[in-house]
Parts: sequence; structure tokens; C-alpha cells
Amino acid sequence: MFNFPCARWVPRALLRRNATRSNYTVALRDRGAEEQNDEVSGRQEVALVLAERILQGEIRAAARLMRDIDDGFKSAVEELKLLYPHTGNASIIGITGPSGAGKSTLVDQLTALYRRHEKKVGIVAVDPSSTFTGGAILGDRIRMNRHAEDAGVFIRSMATRGNLGGVSRATGDVVNVLDAMGTDVIIIETVGVGQDEIDIARMAHTTVVVMVPGLGDDIQAIKAGILEIGDVFVVNKADRDDADHTVHELTARLEMDPDKDRAWQPKVLKTVASRNIGIEELLGEIEEHGAYLHRSGMIRHLFEEKNARIFLELLKERLFAEVFGHLEVNGRFREIMEEMANRRKDPYSAVEEILAQRFGPLSGGSASESNPPVGARLGEEK
Amino acid sequence: MNRRIRILIAKPGLDGHDRGAKIVARALSEAGMEVIYTGLHQTPERVVSAAVQESVDGIGLSILSGAHMTLIPKVLKLLKDKNSDDIFVFAGGIIPANDILKLKEMGVAEIFTPGAETTDIIDFVHRTVAREIRQ
Repeated sequence: MFNFPCARWVPRALLRRNATRSNYTVALRDRGAEEQNDEVSGRQEVALVLAERILQGEIRAAARLMRDIDDGFKSAVEELKLLYPHTGNASIIGITGPSGAGKSTLVDQLTALYRRHEKKVGIVAVDPSSTFTGGAILGDRIRMNRHAEDAGVFIRSMATRGNLGGVSRATGDVVNVLDAMGTDVIIIETVGVGQDEIDIARMAHTTVVVMVPGLGDDIQAIKAGILEIGDVFVVNKADRDDADHTVHELTARLEMDPDKDRAWQPKVLKTVASRNIGIEELLGEIEEHGAYLHRSGMIRHLFEEKNARIFLELLKERLFAEVFGHLEVNGRFREIMEEMANRRKDPYSAVEEILAQRFGPLSGGSASESNPPVGARLGEEK
Repeated sequence: MNRRIRILIAKPGLDGHDRGAKIVARALSEAGMEVIYTGLHQTPERVVSAAVQESVDGIGLSILSGAHMTLIPKVLKLLKDKNSDDIFVFAGGIIPANDILKLKEMGVAEIFTPGAETTDIIDFVHRTVAREIRQ
């Protein structure tokens, strides 16, 4: 069957129609079409197939849904709805720090240790996309791929992409897929430089900030946000001469933290990930922090905060899409732009008018104190 | 709705010459694709597991060790075993013309030999993904 020209693809097409290949693949292939026609029954069928398979632990189905999430497919949302009741059981660990700090190696060693404790591990490794081409080289597997054959480890590489809605929600959705599959520990690895990465790290229950000796002023440079989000600090490559200096510097900075009286005092640990030194201590500290979260009830607070953030972001995004999509279609957006250009309309009134048209009279005018706009409340959350 | 192309680039086997693999990874990423690079000394099992977990469109194998007639068929077979042979496989390296024919008959989508232009590889990936989506 491979003999006729251009026939390489034929066997696959045939296979797809075979009974052994189930409707699953066919359904996936038709997904694009379903995006357009709004046939609810068809879409739900797909959702059920994927979600069910994921709940049974099927890696292929999970990987496919992760791709749909990443590509912003609407059908992914239907599947996530079905998975949501099954989430909330995994411990989520964020690992962040500058590039070259040895995060991937650290994740690799931690994973090996978790596997010895018979924990199922999921890894989401996030790397930046090129802002010019949108492409990315995702190389975190170089350090971790020894776990690829282990059925108890699922590694997923993600690029930040920079699409609307943000990488943090896509990452959160991917984490939910892993969680629903019954993964015990989910490690999110990010390069800790931008707001995106900090937002991702904030999804974690325990955030590990990784530093290396010799960065010096870099500790200053990335202090905004990152020292505050760390629950555990690691100085990796601690076999270098100036490791102790970095440890002292970090400890000193942490002591300057205005919140330093909080119940959890972050420690600074030393590791040499490439030689598997200090990993047990790190895992011990991560578990200690997990125990503290449960003991103190902080875990509930964490969930509440996270849920509120997700809900508000989603609401903001959907509201915006709803209102703006309409404006764009009926040409009103252009009109408003013109009216603003010749100063016949100010942006404040324009927005108020649009909202009033869409939702009826606004309660108490533009900046009601009892009922601040969603954006303002979101700002508070951040 | 557009899918962003995802490609896994792997070096199975024992040779340590990864320059070619890195150049291809770089070229594909600059063409806007997401390239998952697994590094050196990968077993076919690891390559296929990684490809499935990453839900890639295709796998690019770089082999300069002469072991292509062992490693590539193994990858193809594992993909089939895992119900994942909708992932296409292409390869690059020092591979004799005779073997190229045999490998293509087995289902390898394309083989690039030394001197291949990165633009040809990019075009090939675009074409193949487009054809896959149409099916």
C-alpha cells in the first residue's frame, strides 16, 4: 500500500477509518469544522470522548487537549468544564529563577526523588516565544528527558506566545488537565523575569526561587515581585566559591522583607543539582511548606485568591470580547474613533454609552464607589 | 483558528554531533514554529514518548552514526504501537540513497542529506502539516 506515488499519507487515512482507531481521531480531525458550525451535540460528543479518556489517564488525549488549550480552541473550554470537578488534588510547585540557574536540572532531580516516593509527577516547562517570529525553541527536555519513558511522569513544554488572555491561564488549564489525570505533584518551571512568569508562579502552592552564585546585582534587578513570591529559596551550583556570599545576600534581603513576621519564614537552601546534592533537603522543605499551608489553613486562602483571580480574569476577557466584538462588527468602533479624532466625543462618555446600551443604565454613573468596574477590582487583586 | 506548528527535534543513538540538529531547530523556530529539542543520545522510546506528550505534528531525527536503519524503523513502529502514527517523521544525516528509498517506503516523510537548505526543510514541514490538516 506504500507503493503508489504520494501514498505515504493514504495508509493513515485508511487507518483512521478503521475500527481500531475509534472515533476519537476522526472527531479531532473534524474539530476545525465544528469551530464554525455551532452544533452543540457534536461538540459535546468530542468533549466527552476527550475528557473521559483523560480521566482514564490516557496520555494522548491529555496531550491533545493541551494543544487545543494552547491554540485557543473553543472546544477546549467544553472539555475543561468536564474536567474541573476532578481537579484540586495535586500539589502544585512553581520553580522560577533566571535562565542558566539550573532550574531544569533541579526539576529533573526533584522528579527522580518524587518517583522514588512513588508520586506521579507532571511538569509544565514554560519558555518565552520570540516576539518577532512567534516561534520558540523549547529545550527544557534536554535535562529531563530521561523521565520520558516513565509512565508516572508527564512533561509538557509550553511557549509564552503572548496571546490575549495570557499564558498564565493556558498554563493553569494545562495544570488542570494534569490534575484531573490524577497527577500527585505538578511542577511549573518558568524563567522568572516578567509579569507573565510571576503570574504563573502564583498559581503554585509552593514557589521555589532558584538563584546562582555570581549573579550579584541580578538579585537587585529581579527583586521586584520575585523575592515576595518565594516560599523556598535555593542557591544552586553551590559548589562555586561565592555561593555563601549569595546565600548571605539573599538571607539579608529576606530579612528586610516588611512581611518578615509572617508565619512562614522562607529558608535559603544550597543545592548542586547536577550532582544531586541538596535535593532531599529541598524536597523536605517543599513538603514542610505544604504541611504548613494545610496546618495554618492558608491553603484555603490560597485557593480562594486563585479562584477569584481566574474568575475575574475570565469575566473581564469574556465581557471585553462580548462588547468589543459587537462594536467591531457593526462599525461603531470606527465611528467612535472618528468622533474622538475630531474631539466631538471623549472616551469616557463613549464607553459609558456603549455599556449603557449593552447592559442598561449603569448603577450610579461612571465611577460608582459601591460598584466599581471589573477592571478596578481586578487591579486590586493583582 | 490556526494551530501553531510543533516539531520535536531529537538525536537518537550514540553520535554526539548535534550541530545539524541545532541549526534545523533554530531555523524552524525562526519560521514561527515551536520546536521541542530533546538533546543528544535519545532512545527511540524516549523520542516517541516525548512526541506524544508534546502532541507535536512531526518528529525530526538527526542521525550521523550510521544506525539509521535500526533507529528510524524503531521510531516508526513505536509511533504505530502508540496509535500516534499521525505524527510524521523526517530525518537528516548521512544516509545512503538506497537506504533513503527503503526508509521512505517504510513511511518516513522526507530525508535531508548534508547540504540541504533550511528553507527546504521549512517548506517541507509547512507542506506536510497542511496536507495532514486537509485529510
